[in-house]
Amino acid sequence: MNKELLRIEGLKTYFDTWAGIVKAVDGVDIEVIEGETLGLVGESGSGKSVTALSIMRIVPSPGKIIEGKIIYKEENLLEKSEKALREIRGKEIAYIFQDPSTSLNPVLTIADQLLEVILAHQEISKKEALEKAIELLKLVEIPDPDVKIWNYPHQLSGGMKQRIAIARAIASQPNLLLADEPTTNLDVTIQAQILELMQNLRKRLGMAMILITHDMGVVADIADRITVLYAGRVCESADTKTIFYKAKHPYTQALLTAVPSLALRTDKLKVIPGNIPNLIEPPSGCRFHPRCEYAIEKCTEKIPELIEIEPGHKVACFRALEINLESPLGGAKNN
Amino acid sequence: MEVQKIINKEILEVQNLVKHFPIYTRGIFLKKQVGLIHAVDDISFSIKRGETFGLVGESGCGKTTTARSILYLDQPTSGKINFEGKEIITIFSSKNKEEKQKLRRKIQYVFQNPYASLDPRMTVADIITEPLTIHTSLPKKELYQKLYELLELVGLEPYHAERYPHEFSGGQRQRICIARALAVEPKLLIADEPVASLDVSVRAQILNLLKDLQQKFNTTYLYISHDLSTVRHLCNRVAVMYMGRIVELAETQELFDSPLHPYTKALLSSIPIPDPLAKKSRIILPGEVPSPINPPIGCRFETRCIYKKDQNCIKYPPKLVHIGKGHFVACEKTKKP
Ligand SMILES: Nc1ncnc2c1ncn2[C@@H]1O[C@H](COP(=O)(O)OP(=O)(O)O)[C@@H](O)[C@H]1O
Ligand SMILES: Nc1ncnc2c1ncn2[C@@H]1O[C@H](COP(=O)(O)OP(=O)(O)O)[C@@H](O)[C@H]1O
Ligand code: SF4
Ligand SMILES: [Mg+2]
Ligand SMILES: [Mg+2]
Repeated sequence: MNKELLRIEGLKTYFDTWAGIVKAVDGVDIEVIEGETLGLVGESGSGKSVTALSIMRIVPSPGKIIEGKIIYKEENLLEKSEKALREIRGKEIAYIFQDPSTSLNPVLTIADQLLEVILAHQEISKKEALEKAIELLKLVEIPDPDVKIWNYPHQLSGGMKQRIAIARAIASQPNLLLADEPTTNLDVTIQAQILELMQNLRKRLGMAMILITHDMGVVADIADRITVLYAGRVCESADTKTIFYKAKHPYTQALLTAVPSLALRTDKLKVIPGNIPNLIEPPSGCRFHPRCEYAIEKCTEKIPELIEIEPGHKVACFRALEINLESPLGGAKNN
Repeated sequence: MEVQKIINKEILEVQNLVKHFPIYTRGIFLKKQVGLIHAVDDISFSIKRGETFGLVGESGCGKTTTARSILYLDQPTSGKINFEGKEIITIFSSKNKEEKQKLRRKIQYVFQNPYASLDPRMTVADIITEPLTIHTSLPKKELYQKLYELLELVGLEPYHAERYPHEFSGGQRQRICIARALAVEPKLLIADEPVASLDVSVRAQILNLLKDLQQKFNTTYLYISHDLSTVRHLCNRVAVMYMGRIVELAETQELFDSPLHPYTKALLSSIPIPDPLAKKSRIILPGEVPSPINPPIGCRFETRCIYKKDQNCIKYPPKLVHIGKGHFVACEKTKKP
């Protein structure tokens, strides 16, 4: 029970650009437990995708992993050879992107794309592989799979393409699925279909999932635990209920109150002043301090460490224990 | 008495609006029409002076086409649009330049993409004052005075005036668009997904700004969005669209508390609620939206409907019926008086 599958320690991934060094991921710690769904949330540019790309070691140039450890099943992926990593990529850890077109090749039929991954990891005949491919399409609930398998991606809707991308990702029964905003481009009724499908598949195949999203509603719905990123660093990490009802980081709190909600109708939304910081010269000390209403002198000078304040609940804020944040959901269901 | 009547009157009335886009074969010499996209198909609604009217629905349901038809950026196929009591399709399609100018001044818009809608070669000052120079003959001094007022109003700094759009974040650009739209004191502001491309923290700033400005100027808003939570936050009344038709229309509270159309019900239940302990009774609709080229001939929602449908659903398009308290529904199965 609660066996750790992945642990990221002090990950730093920088982009050396003409404008300066972009510190996209700057000391990130994340844990994933076997079979769980970890929600990785944050606004755009907070480093969610770069973190996922770093786990797969497919950070595009000029990005480089500068420092840190990525421990998967007790081995540091950053110390493995490219060849050893190829065995893990796709087979043990699979990835689906926000835009399904990115993971699908436009000039190949669905059959070709699925056979490619099936045959890469299993020694079976083409005919068996094709049967397996059709099975996969059934698993992701594509209607008329034996017809659709001969389609090209452009013949399918966005929702169908994302189903194919999921089928491809789970073809080799990975232990960990990295899903990077898989439903962000889809309409809500299709999003509901895809999220339900992913939840069912995750349970059925017993895999763990890192679900990347900017939507607090989505993680409330399906994550077991949540890690909140801000400007390349982790602010807070805890189980889902704690994040929503007992958040201790001012940014987590701000994220929760800035969302207009169907459940709570307020006259005026609480606003986080200012804009998302530039990552070439990020703010000194706590990166959130220029926008934080609780900031004190110390926040501008020192970087707060991610500290476990109660079992399973980590916060990176100097004032976490002294300020009293009230959940927008109210305190009634606290504890 | 007369004045009272004018104040209470509907500012915009859309009647039986239809917009079809023809699709052609891609021949070199012969252009042959091979079908029609039924983007907007016989919709009617009216907006009261000073209110925020919401138009919601998933992508491709015809929201933007409706907005563009009102602005005559797309020429409506048929229907009537009355604005302040005048039929404006006739005006826009006439040669009466002066009347058209007047309308263009009174109806302003803000679009989704603040990156595409600002000319990168113009300074913020030029962008914001452009509609003023087109529609008014303010002397330079007053023009600048107005510019600084507008900048302050939307939360930008005076020194921003001399900068170019690329120097701004998405949220700031949307502020520039809003300042530009408000410069000529429009009667109706059409905002088409104004916060869709913005991050949550910035989104709240813009939503609050829109709300404040409306209170200040009593502008009427047509707010278009696929995001029901922002609609709930801003709108007084809401119309839900599906495949070019309005399926339900009601006051916001009423619509969210007691939706009647099976599509509205599913749509509302699909929105993930940011509360892990919230009760979830999600209605997952089967299938996807059919093609707008050959839409279902009866109820457009018939192919995905969770109700037990009958011949009426399949054969005849249900009418949008008033069922009391300003609540309208277009569904055979919900015709309760
Ligand atoms: N190829 C690249 N070159 C330069 N900077 C990059 C590149 N890819 C990402 N970044 C920067 O890294 C930061 C984090 O990006 P990303 O992980 O994509 O954010 P998120 O997925 O949270 O929206 C951003 O500031 C972005 O500008
Ligand atoms: N200029 C156009 N030519 C052809 N089809 C169009 C055009 N504009 C919109 N459409 C089609 O009309 C339908 C409604 O589109 P739109 O009004 O943009 O929807 P929404 O704004 O609700 O997403 C869609 O099927 C779209 O593809
Ligand atoms: S460390 Fe300081 S600035 Fe950062 S979140 Fe906590 S109080 Fe705010
Ligand atoms: Mg991303
Ligand atoms: Mg649109």
